[in-house]
Amino acid sequence: MASGNDILKEHISSDYKYGFSSDIEMETAPKGLNEDIVRFISKKKNEPEWMLESRLKAFRHWLTMEEPRHWPHLQFPKIDYQDIIYYAAPKKKTEVKSLDEVDPELLATFSKLGISLEEQKRLVGMQSTIAVDAVFDSVSVKTTFRETLLEKGIIFCSFSEAVHDHPELIKKYMGSVVPYTDNYFAALNAAVFSDGSFCYIPKGVRCPMELSTYFRINTAGTGQFERTLIIADEGAYVSYLEGCTAPQRDENQLHAAVVEIISHRNAEVKYSTVQNWYPGDKNGKGGVYNFVTKRGICLEENSKISWTQVETGSAITWKYPSVILKGDNAIGEFYSVAVTNNFQQADTGTKMIHLGKNTRSTIVSKGISAGKSNNSYRGLVRVAKGASNARNYSQCDSLLMGDKCGAHTFPYIEIKDKSAVVEHEATTSKIGEDQIFYCKQRGIDTEKAVSLIVNGYCKEVLNQLPMEFAVEAQKLLAVSLEGSVG
Amino acid sequence: MLQIKNLHAGIEGKEILKGINLDVKAGEVHAIMGPNGSGKSTLSSVLAGKEEYEVSEGEVKFKGKDLLELSPEDRAREGLFLAFQYPVEIPGVSNINFLKTAINEIRAYRGQGPMDAKEFLAKVKEKQAFVEMTGNLANRSVNEGFSGGEKKRNEIFQLAMLEPVLAVLDETDSGLDIDALRIVANGVNKLRSKDRAFVVITHYQRLLDHIVPDVVHVLFDGKIVKSGGKELALELEKKGYDWIKKEAAIA
Repeated sequence: MASGNDILKEHISSDYKYGFSSDIEMETAPKGLNEDIVRFISKKKNEPEWMLESRLKAFRHWLTMEEPRHWPHLQFPKIDYQDIIYYAAPKKKTEVKSLDEVDPELLATFSKLGISLEEQKRLVGMQSTIAVDAVFDSVSVKTTFRETLLEKGIIFCSFSEAVHDHPELIKKYMGSVVPYTDNYFAALNAAVFSDGSFCYIPKGVRCPMELSTYFRINTAGTGQFERTLIIADEGAYVSYLEGCTAPQRDENQLHAAVVEIISHRNAEVKYSTVQNWYPGDKNGKGGVYNFVTKRGICLEENSKISWTQVETGSAITWKYPSVILKGDNAIGEFYSVAVTNNFQQADTGTKMIHLGKNTRSTIVSKGISAGKSNNSYRGLVRVAKGASNARNYSQCDSLLMGDKCGAHTFPYIEIKDKSAVVEHEATTSKIGEDQIFYCKQRGIDTEKAVSLIVNGYCKEVLNQLPMEFAVEAQKLLAVSLEGSVG
Repeated sequence: MLQIKNLHAGIEGKEILKGINLDVKAGEVHAIMGPNGSGKSTLSSVLAGKEEYEVSEGEVKFKGKDLLELSPEDRAREGLFLAFQYPVEIPGVSNINFLKTAINEIRAYRGQGPMDAKEFLAKVKEKQAFVEMTGNLANRSVNEGFSGGEKKRNEIFQLAMLEPVLAVLDETDSGLDIDALRIVANGVNKLRSKDRAFVVITHYQRLLDHIVPDVVHVLFDGKIVKSGGKELALELEKKGYDWIKKEAAIA
């Protein structure tokens, strides 16, 4: 009989259960970064000249920039960008027509991660179907259900394929929300990005299934620099999920991704992330440095973008999924749970930029700090002149577990229009010994009590996640905080 | 069911209980009364296993087992329930989810599988009526935004759901108006049975008008200084605690 206790024990003993590494023959670029490496990557991907030019432009700009080292509430050693491998791909041919052509070890890896690359026909109504784009180190391995989606005109493929097959869309939209000049890591990404997902939902189409990308860093010493571009044309709707894990390694690995979302008139994009990169061990050794730029634009009226993130992994998280509310009546949402334990550091939040009239944004951020970690919320609400009747509601809660961790809130509010209504609420609480004792007196042990209390605290955010993801996220929260209350 | 022998316990090095002896049998209701600071709440905390309290001497047997050896959650799983004087709020966790987790943990401890959802909901409906609770309250977060009376009713509702063999009610009457007191007491009375014992800790006699005890003990300065029938409670109500204090001083 699998009681709650057994399940919990299994979690406790496993620590970071995605920490295994796969033995797959890889082709890698030499370590280091220079124009030749940029050309190497572009050549490997057989890219057109315009793409290479765009990469080189970004690279040259990157050389003039500096790491964002001073303003975030983060401390990290100097990153040696010459000591990183910028391209790693499974040796077997990467363009596969059917699953039979995929390296079985790769399939095994993804199946171990609970990601099915088989397009199983599930009973209608029994369970929602999810289309997956699986990215392994620098390349997309397989995108499922693409034919089914294509029937509705939906394009869901790897970014590399999109560069070849849909150059007009890439040229039009790539960099339109996050230009390479935006920040240090966005510039680096624009120069060396390897793969990622591309998604286009045509006019009036409601995507019939959840789309998802699963990112896996495997090769030691590699960085992962993926790029995702999602375009919802007029009246379209899509719900997009992103998951990620990495093997347990002693050295730090760099992850610098860019996600851009474009939502046209009456369109809606819902983007959910469960970020579970390797957080490092209990002494703070190893772990992924997660420097990510995610931004969406509500380009025209009545468009909507909603970000939901559950951040439990990474040694360092630097991430501010944002929405530019350009169209009138546009809606931007940000729901976040960020957990830090042991020596993890997170500086995360959002930016809501109100440009259009009657635009609305909602921010709900739940930080949980345990161990010796530091957890910061950093958020900007900007209402531009002329963005009349803009509304924002922000709620930032911090939960502390133990007395060696830190929680910080850095809200920035810039209002240039008098008609704006902006509300900000913030609370800080400690997970109470009395709450835990109350649970214990009802027969619930400490670990379960913590998980119950934490999940209750995060409920508003977890409710935003698609069902299957929410269950996964709940388990993840319990595992991440294991042992944090004595 | 519960045998306490020469129990000495305290907090932060200060001894509060100075040799408690108590014998509670199945089906009995014992009331423990006493002035403020006599050690009433310490006794309930020690029985429930609150970590801050240290037992320096004595023993407590519960159903023949050494209670003090058990973790707080195992005491609960063995069937000991504490109705808290100050019930704790757990935001975002619904009463229902909380109780389902508790019930299934207790069942797992006893080697039973999780309770069937239908059975569980039927039980919720039935037991809610005991304390005149509405469905709305059961679906709200545990004690969050509850009035004082609602919190106490919720404790009794949980008691009804978890069906313990021994229930310790820690000043359940404090902060209740007359109507709420009646509802809470009625709920407890419905739960009295030959297999279940109650230890009712209270400062005032008025609760005992509704929950009629078999035995009344007077706790003073960490010791039970007097025991008697239900009339003892009435005597205390009339005379106050001073005469007890004097008697204790002479002894």
